[in-house]
Amino acid sequence: MSPVATQTPEQHGAQAHSDGGWDSNAPGYVPVQTRDARFTSVNHDDFPEVRGIENDWKLTPVARVRPLIDGQLDGSPYAYLVNEATGASVDWIDRTDARVGLAGIPEDRGSANAWTSFERALAITVTSEDHVDLVLSRSQLGDEPRAAHTIITAKANSNSTVIIRSSGDAQLAENVEIVVESGATLTVVSVQEWSDPSTQLASHFVQVGKDAHLRHIVVTLGGSVVRLNPSVHLSGEGAQGELFGLYFADAGQHFEQRVYLHHEAANTIGRVNYKGALQGVGAHTVWVGDVLIGPKASGTDSYEQNRNLVLSEGTRADSIPNLEIETGDILGAGHASATGRFDDEQLFYLQARGITEAEARRLVVIGFLAEIVQKIGNPELESHLHAAIEAELSGGAQ
Amino acid sequence: MSVLEIKDLHVTVETDQGTKEILKGVDLTIAQGEIHAIMGPNGSGKSTLAYSIAGHPKYHVESGSVLLDGAEVLEMSVDERARAGIFLAMQYPVEIPGVRMADFLRTAKTALDGEAPALRPWIKEVNEAMKSLRMDKTFSERNVNEGFSGGEKKRHEILQLELLKPRFAILDETDSGLDVDALKIVSEGVIRAKETNDLGILLITHYTRILRYIKPDFVHVFVDGRVAEEGGPELAERLENEGYDRFLADASVA
Ligand SMILES: Nc1ncnc2c1ncn2[C@@H]1O[C@H](COP(=O)(O)OP(=O)(O)OP(=O)(O)O)[C@@H](O)[C@H]1O
Ligand SMILES: [Mg+2]
Repeated sequence: MSPVATQTPEQHGAQAHSDGGWDSNAPGYVPVQTRDARFTSVNHDDFPEVRGIENDWKLTPVARVRPLIDGQLDGSPYAYLVNEATGASVDWIDRTDARVGLAGIPEDRGSANAWTSFERALAITVTSEDHVDLVLSRSQLGDEPRAAHTIITAKANSNSTVIIRSSGDAQLAENVEIVVESGATLTVVSVQEWSDPSTQLASHFVQVGKDAHLRHIVVTLGGSVVRLNPSVHLSGEGAQGELFGLYFADAGQHFEQRVYLHHEAANTIGRVNYKGALQGVGAHTVWVGDVLIGPKASGTDSYEQNRNLVLSEGTRADSIPNLEIETGDILGAGHASATGRFDDEQLFYLQARGITEAEARRLVVIGFLAEIVQKIGNPELESHLHAAIEAELSGGAQ
Repeated sequence: MSVLEIKDLHVTVETDQGTKEILKGVDLTIAQGEIHAIMGPNGSGKSTLAYSIAGHPKYHVESGSVLLDGAEVLEMSVDERARAGIFLAMQYPVEIPGVRMADFLRTAKTALDGEAPALRPWIKEVNEAMKSLRMDKTFSERNVNEGFSGGEKKRHEILQLELLKPRFAILDETDSGLDVDALKIVSEGVIRAKETNDLGILLITHYTRILRYIKPDFVHVFVDGRVAEEGGPELAERLENEGYDRFLADASVA
């Protein structure tokens, strides 16, 4: 890709990156040194007011999601559709259930607002050791602000793909807890194809146990503001985390993902790969990738990257990788970030074979994003996403 | 019979030090069915000539013309040139992530013919062409050139040459990076393409080895952005023995 604007703060080594921009007068404020020392609470009011200048919020159009951060949220259960899958169950559980809070606690006020407000949690539990695909769709969340809480548990040695497809109207603040028990293999795919006016703030909290394997894929194609922040802790020895993302932002859309990957235990493997396309005036994407390699995480192998393809004028892609290393004994750690226009050489190659420029561009964009789509492993969803990306592309040509 | 005429072609590139003239008046005429070899030292502008004919945006044509049966190629877009029958086998073929080779080949064929090829005969043709170039079937499922070895990329270029059936082909160091067997296999592919389509060939090379398989009708010595001498196949032998010293001395005096 020919780089246009690349934002790559070099932050190797055991040094803090100052990303703890809480208001220092606020209650509960602790000057944050490293990513895992951030303030956490389940109570909305414990967090200082969000003014939109904090490190954590300064790239977000806060006004557009204010109702989710501070407003009253409807926390009642909602309608969903799910397929029959042997060895997997879906139930509403009480907010006092012991499973609630096992994977993580909110790190920001919007997430805490959702936590304070949800009435029951939707628990998805997989026990099957033969691979099962569970596809849960929600498309009727309505246009009033609401809260949701989901807990995905992959029991020890289970093997599954859990797909959550979101569409329709929504103003949603939610938390998703994901627990991958020892030896389990879990792919979670979160697909956001909201209607144009919809807004969403989501936090995913993930614990990956001993020798467990998580693949977490975030696909965001629709909505006005979608901010989805996965925090993944490789907490068991030998845990693997693959965190992938794909987004396509059109005019006026804001898609943000703050990805946190914490290598906690020894011999863990982490791969982060987010790819995005931007097309149309005011299309804005944010990717922040925080990788923390903790003091006990000897033998860590970690790599994160973000690539953005800019398809028109008037877009903005923020891409900020951070790497903190607190142990000397690692196998490897690296990051890459690039934002650019079409690769002229790729276009030339295709055109030199008679393919028109428009068709060559289409092939290159679809190829660029296909790398992530191909990781899903569910043919039906993959072909749906290929079609959806084609539609996004042709939408911009009009 | 088609003719490709390059007339007094001057080409520049933008560099950090400013505009640099690379082609300084190239004259060359290739008729369909002829094989022209171009040999010349590194940096003399051979790839620049190839890319300029194909229309790479990096190269700026300052003056001159390239005519295909009298039509000005320089006024055509890159894809129009390809559809007019010009093919460039690149010195460094480009990797295109996420685009499967099978899809790419079919898309290119469709673009060139103006209609999609009938599926079954097309798949058969692709498979046969791959087989004769000793390319494994699995390549068609792989992304274009992605992770291909240097030699595999070159075979893929010649595969396209055979399938896309141009009238004129520029082969930019197709022989570089090929092992002895691959050189023979690839050369046979080029000869097949020539015989089937009465192809005109501009073959850029550093070595006479490939010229034993693809016998040139003409050899052009390319030095400092222009053709310094022309001759028959014997000129290639002489270059192999003597090198380019004779021409470089001339260039520095001039
Ligand atoms: N962007 C650039 N900046 C500076 N010089 C350039 C640039 N692009 C091309 N050149 C120069 O143009 C000249 C011709 O390059 P070209 O690739 O055409 O040579 P060549 O004859 O194909 O060489 P080789 O035998 O090594 O393939 C070289 O000296 C090269 O360095
Ligand atoms: Mg060259």
